[in-house]
Amino acid sequence: MKTISLRRMVRNQRGTITAIKVAGDLGRRIRDMGLVTGTEITVQGRAPLNDPVALRIRGNTLTLRNNEADYIEVEVEDEDKI
Amino acid sequence: MEKITLALAGNPNAGKTTLFNALTGARQHVGNYPGVTVERKEGEYQSGDFNALVVDLPGTYSLTAYSEEEVVAREFLANEKPAVVINIIDAANLERNLYLTCQLLELKIPLVVALNMMDVAKDRGMEIDVEKLSAFLGVPVLPIVARSSRGLDELMAAAKDMAEGCLQPPDPVKVKISYGEDIDQTLLTMTGLIRDNSLLKGKYPSRWIAVKMVENDEALLKEVNEVSPELGIRLQHEAEMVAEHLMKTFETYPEAVIADHRYGFIKGILKRGIITHRYDENRLYTSDRIDKVLTNRFAGPLIMLAVLFSIYQITFSLSALPVSGVEAVFGWLAGLVDSGLGDGPLKSMLISGVIDGVGGVLGFVPLIMLMFLCIAVLEDSGYLARVAFMMDRIFRVFGLHGSSVMAFIVSGGIAGGCAVPGVMATRTLRSPRERMATLLTVPFMNCGAKLPIMALLIGAFFAEHQALYMFGFTLLSWVVALVAAKLLRLTVLRGAPTPFVMELPPYRFPTFKGLMIHTWERTWQYIKKAGTVILAISILLWAMMTYPGLSPEKEAVFAEERAGITELYDAGSETGEKLLKEVGNRQGAAALRNSIAGRIGVAMENVTWLSGFEWRTNIALLGGFAAKEVVVSTLGIAYSMGEADPEEVGSLGQRLARDAAWSPLVALSALLFMAFYAPCFVTVVCIAREAGSWKWAFFSIAYSTTFAFILSTGVYQVGRMIGF
Ligand SMILES: Nc1nc2c(ncn2[C@@H]2O[C@H](COP(=O)(O)OP(=O)(O)O)[C@@H](O)[C@H]2O)c(=O)[nH]1
Repeated sequence: MKTISLRRMVRNQRGTITAIKVAGDLGRRIRDMGLVTGTEITVQGRAPLNDPVALRIRGNTLTLRNNEADYIEVEVEDEDKI
Repeated sequence: MEKITLALAGNPNAGKTTLFNALTGARQHVGNYPGVTVERKEGEYQSGDFNALVVDLPGTYSLTAYSEEEVVAREFLANEKPAVVINIIDAANLERNLYLTCQLLELKIPLVVALNMMDVAKDRGMEIDVEKLSAFLGVPVLPIVARSSRGLDELMAAAKDMAEGCLQPPDPVKVKISYGEDIDQTLLTMTGLIRDNSLLKGKYPSRWIAVKMVENDEALLKEVNEVSPELGIRLQHEAEMVAEHLMKTFETYPEAVIADHRYGFIKGILKRGIITHRYDENRLYTSDRIDKVLTNRFAGPLIMLAVLFSIYQITFSLSALPVSGVEAVFGWLAGLVDSGLGDGPLKSMLISGVIDGVGGVLGFVPLIMLMFLCIAVLEDSGYLARVAFMMDRIFRVFGLHGSSVMAFIVSGGIAGGCAVPGVMATRTLRSPRERMATLLTVPFMNCGAKLPIMALLIGAFFAEHQALYMFGFTLLSWVVALVAAKLLRLTVLRGAPTPFVMELPPYRFPTFKGLMIHTWERTWQYIKKAGTVILAISILLWAMMTYPGLSPEKEAVFAEERAGITELYDAGSETGEKLLKEVGNRQGAAALRNSIAGRIGVAMENVTWLSGFEWRTNIALLGGFAAKEVVVSTLGIAYSMGEADPEEVGSLGQRLARDAAWSPLVALSALLFMAFYAPCFVTVVCIAREAGSWKWAFFSIAYSTTFAFILSTGVYQVGRMIGF
């Protein structure tokens, strides 16, 4: 297990949010939409231009921009294990 | 029993509109909340002796002050104290939907939870123990399927009981969510202070105020500081202390801790056997499989273009027949008035002012209706959110937001919108700068009112490529609007971007009823505008074009000429009639030129010759300031008046095509000018209101008109040079 930024996750990779390092409007919005520490997410895909990213969260889909994903830290399986 | 107020609250896409429609049917009224432009939908529900005014609150994910919608919803609940609030939640997305429910519970309002989309949950293999959920939340929970109206009777029975006081509002002990030791301690102190000073008593529960202050909620802080500045400072001090402490020890923010605990509370409930999944929770559903294609890197954008283009094809081919039908009806009406009334100002006003004006506008109703229907399908099916998802990267380049796409599309990104709701749709944008940039550029889009004039000119001059030209103009409007937005964001509206985070709802089949209500609502708005504003302006313009009329001396000159002709030729002779007609033509033209509008239009020719417009076009474009569709009716009036032969019932397009002052090049120049010059005054008023100052509204008029003039002049002059 290791912790990486959400931006660096690849398609179909799974992980658990460990920290959201942003306050203010963006932080609030991220949390209101259900992204809080301890949440399991899977990267579902990316928009045609690689940004924003679509996440699978509890059977539903959320999207956010890469530069917003930067604030979200995720614990993922080591790459060689997937 | 007297009429009570019932509010509907819930996340976007939870099915709120569907429930609202099912409860109120056609008895709806759409207005605005005072001071803001968030839509306020009201309707009536009646069953037996239970009579309720149903208010559809804006869809929100939370009750923070994140957006105007959230503030509006909160203020409504606190100020108007509805007798009962139905919180509609998506059973297939319980965890996130309950986040709002938690906040509603904390507000201690009489709440009933409608657990919607039970059919979807079932398909996904989820089983929900409704009774248990109800027990844990301390409020009634009723399973429903809003789309097929299942469970609504039981829901409304519970709402009635709650409103009548047969059921208790949420139990304060049960809904006291713990936010961890540090915050709980602070909340205790703050709640004490608030209670002792009766701060905002009766409006909000004291603990709720404390929570919001710890969350650093700007709207509430402002409210507190207004009623009691001293107490506000003390409370804020407490909140800051705990914030500092949390930052020092855990490197986190109070809002984050509070949100974590709310979700913790929800998870705690759900864990206790409320949901059982038959399949893997993260399994891909049909909707996701569709997304694999529709948002695919390569196929996605192509399909998106194809969808937008086919909307044109559908709209134009299907609307052709009804459009000519409506035209025929108004032509028949004009003929009726013509033969039934004697010559005079009344007849002239009825035909040239009323029938031509309104007919010109109503003739396009079928087209606009189809266009709205297509938009409704895209909206309700969930495809529009995908468009925003795919477009964001591009929009961001221009300093906008992925959800600007909504405002652009509503304004006419898919031709047939209206800049007025488009300007209002910018409400969902949080950042003042992106919002302002969207506000100022959406009027460039191909709104429904521009369609009639486009259809007219394109039909008259470029008939072979009608759909292609219409599509081309829509693409061009995008380019112009986006480049303008970028320029604004680099100059007058510099600054950092706003959060994008949004939901991609599952694809759903839109319901027939939903589509009909949606389409009808928007079409009706258009017709209302046409029926009132346009009629008044049409008559006003008729007056401007009729008065002051020709001077007696000039009249005498024409009368003399006529007398000369009748002397030379026998009554009824062909040549005589022709000459008489010609005199009439010239007289009509002279009268129009001498009218108020004519004088303005002629004066403007000094400038507008550069882009190839003669005075009649100028008058029409002036009229377009009032509302774009007036351009058509004004041209109609200008030409039917200048044309002395009442027998000739050719459509306006044919008249223009035959007119010496027009050519395909002039038409193109006029189309460009008309597409990008000043927005109509209704839009301008909205911009002023949304932007909070008239300065921006005037700015909007000035910069777009200047731009349009430069563009059309450039095209016209270059076109002339290369020999068109
Ligand atoms: N399967 C299913 N679909 C529903 C139900 N209620 C609403 N919908 C659909 O969900 C979509 C969003 O509903 P809408 O009422 O527009 O959501 P709102 O954003 O909360 O107003 C529409 O396509 C509805 O037809 C339901 O109970 N079951």
